[in-house]
Amino acid sequence: MTALLAVRDLTVTHRRDGDEVAALKDISLDIAVGERLAVIGESGSGKSTLALAIAGLLPASARIDGRIDWSLPSPPSWGVKERQPKFVPLGGRDIGFVFQDPSASLDPVMPVGKQIAEVAHTHLGLNWPQAYAKAKTLLERVRLPDPDGALRAFPHQLSGGQKQRIAIAAAIAAGPKLLIADEATSALDTIVQAEIVTLIRQLVAEDGMTLLFISHDIALAAALAERIAVFRHGGLVEIGAARQIVSGPRHAYTRSLLDAHLGLDAIPLSRQAGTSA
Amino acid sequence: MNRALILLRRRLVGSVFVLLVVIIGTFLLLELAPGDAVDAYIVSTGGDAGMIELLRHRWGLDQSELTRLAHYLWALLHLDLGQSVTFSRPIRDVILERLPTTLILMGSATALSFGLGSALGIYAGARPGSFRDRFLSVGSLALYAIPGFWFGLVLIVIFAVDLRWLPIGGIESIASTKTGLDRAADIASHLVLPVSALGFIYLALYLRMMRAGMAEAWRQDFVLAARARGISRRRIVLTHVARNALLPLVTMLGLQSAQMLGGSVVIESVFAVPGLGRLAQEAVAARDTPLLLGIILTSAVLVILINLLVDIAYALLDPRVGASEAGA
Amino acid sequence: MSPLRRFLRMPEALAGTVILAALFAMALAAPLIFPGDPQAIAGPALLPPFQDWSLPLGTDRLGRDVLAELFHGARTSLAVGLAAAAAALAVGAIVGTLAGFAGGLIDDVLMRITDAFQTVPSFLLALAFVSVVGPSLGVVVVAIALGAWTGPARVARAEVLSIRERDFVAGARVIGMHPLAIAFREILPNALPPVAALSSVIVAAAILTEAALSFLGLGDPNRVTWGGMIAEGRAVLRTAPFLSIIPGIALVLTVLGVYLVGEGVVETTAVRRSLS
Repeated sequence: MTALLAVRDLTVTHRRDGDEVAALKDISLDIAVGERLAVIGESGSGKSTLALAIAGLLPASARIDGRIDWSLPSPPSWGVKERQPKFVPLGGRDIGFVFQDPSASLDPVMPVGKQIAEVAHTHLGLNWPQAYAKAKTLLERVRLPDPDGALRAFPHQLSGGQKQRIAIAAAIAAGPKLLIADEATSALDTIVQAEIVTLIRQLVAEDGMTLLFISHDIALAAALAERIAVFRHGGLVEIGAARQIVSGPRHAYTRSLLDAHLGLDAIPLSRQAGTSA
Repeated sequence: MNRALILLRRRLVGSVFVLLVVIIGTFLLLELAPGDAVDAYIVSTGGDAGMIELLRHRWGLDQSELTRLAHYLWALLHLDLGQSVTFSRPIRDVILERLPTTLILMGSATALSFGLGSALGIYAGARPGSFRDRFLSVGSLALYAIPGFWFGLVLIVIFAVDLRWLPIGGIESIASTKTGLDRAADIASHLVLPVSALGFIYLALYLRMMRAGMAEAWRQDFVLAARARGISRRRIVLTHVARNALLPLVTMLGLQSAQMLGGSVVIESVFAVPGLGRLAQEAVAARDTPLLLGIILTSAVLVILINLLVDIAYALLDPRVGASEAGA
Repeated sequence: MSPLRRFLRMPEALAGTVILAALFAMALAAPLIFPGDPQAIAGPALLPPFQDWSLPLGTDRLGRDVLAELFHGARTSLAVGLAAAAAALAVGAIVGTLAGFAGGLIDDVLMRITDAFQTVPSFLLALAFVSVVGPSLGVVVVAIALGAWTGPARVARAEVLSIRERDFVAGARVIGMHPLAIAFREILPNALPPVAALSSVIVAAAILTEAALSFLGLGDPNRVTWGGMIAEGRAVLRTAPFLSIIPGIALVLTVLGVYLVGEGVVETTAVRRSLS
């Protein structure tokens, strides 16, 4: 299996009021081309920091040590200062990022069609009419009921699930290799959550994208991902095949996560895992 | 457009009450003034006690205050602001004659301060905390501290007295026979200094608001999301950050119109521009209180109208306004 | 770091403090350094600045000492600015508290009146008030306050609305405190900080309005004002522009000082609040 990217000894420190808080400590892991990797953990475990670090979206005040190596043979892109000498990924073009809260991640005063079209316009070299046409096909792909109307709609006119579909359309507009979904379903209710998970799985399969799925929900992760990485307090607890993590966790913390879930849900996760892949 | 109309209707109803309060207020001020219209009239024309009695009775000044307020309201309802003693003409006509000049002055000054102020605010706010940001912030504070009338005098000293580039005052050349475009150019050259004096002061306000709004918008999630989508920095600044930061500025445009109108009183007096503000000063000098209060009422109506326009503009700029009512 | 030290660390705030301290010193020292009537003739007319060291800033059209006038003008500017701002803040806080606490019809009426005052250009209102009642220091203060209380009233009302429902207010209701006592003893003190944050802007605006009124000849005729000095100098603007420019610079520095100190205080207290 070829690695799309390799994270090596990644440490991220946030400075807050003079104190330094480590959000990630010495993380090393590989993400393989075309795989679906879930990163799970409680809030404050550093899982979102990992997502932001890979996408190059950490605030300027954060200190980053270690490396993230991409194995993509592309020329370096314009004006981005990074420590890696080789390939530098570009947000939107190489990485699609879906955030947790679809209401906050869309510009409230811009029609959503334009927000999708500007990604296609920026990265695919399309003129605006072409970019809008592309946006329309994307809206069909994320299965919005009325793509023509949705193009002109503003975020406040759409439901939470519809907004998240828009955000996904914008994330995949330029055909990225890696799709990062950072708690992308946590703000939605259960039924919509399941629809969005299905949609993400389908889009990833159709486009051959690699998926990094960040979640606090181990059941959701097990249903979607091939591999699961468990994070706690900024450290990597364990990483392995989804079936193995669910049926035979090596670590007590993973065990407690599973138990907490089993207490609420009667379906044995070990049977669920991997079957839907 | 539907949303804007709903908003407009609600605003109009509120405006009627506000206007009523202003009218009662001006009436009370009129009552507070020593002497009345008859006194002022007699001073300027002369007359005996019988004449005074007669005029008081004819103008209804010997009746109770409530009756006179009713008369006042009734007259206003017919757009009758009374007679100006100084000009010996209906106040309404005098005001309407001066109004266009003030509107041109205010409009140009607003365009200058809003346009340049927001552009500089975008420039400063594009890189929060940078040198240019700090420089423009402190610089605009200094600009905001300058009294407009004094700034006007300094402009006159530099550009009209020393350099002789621009006329010293007035609205057009005296005894000018120019017509059409030449006349417009002549008026424009007379307006450069007063518009600058009035506009540059408020420029600072819009600059600071834009800057603060941009700093706020930078922290929003949708800006992070736009960055994640790889949108260029220039595009993020202009179409996302500045676009969102612009909204409170538009509201400010309405709130600021009353201040601008007040500021034009002094500026018109400095540059001898024959507008509403200069008329107010003439009314003060001549102790023509009814004329002064007519000007105040006109200003209030003007401010209300400007705010209505601003509300419509805001509704067009922000799709969220009135969405809940229109949908219901 | 203590708030004071953090305040003085900011270069802008420090500059503002120095300006205001100098201004207060001028105002306080005016009767000591220039004990006579500043409006009395002190030398030849239209003496340019820096010529005669007994009259460092020269003389005006009538031969009055410009420096003496400047010092005495500082007294007027500060007195009017501070008094008008204090009056505006007090009236605004009271109206806002009443409106926010009473709610219903009282709130509606008070807020419509506030709207009306905001609709009339405050400078025109001040102009009309002074011209009707007659110019004196007290009248000028009232005239300026008339147009300045609406901002504090709105802020106080918004603050009171948010405080009104909190526990300690409910507690006061339960023990049977009089509503007015609750409004002014429990709620108002808590609503004051954001209202006080407006004070620098209001003081600055009051100083500028006073100057503009004096410039138009509506200041107290028995006092030296910077606005009056600028108007005086205007008659000889072509030949002696310094007569208008010097008091104008004093005005700009004063207002700038007020802004800088105000910003410094707001920033210091904001940092303190975010830390606690």
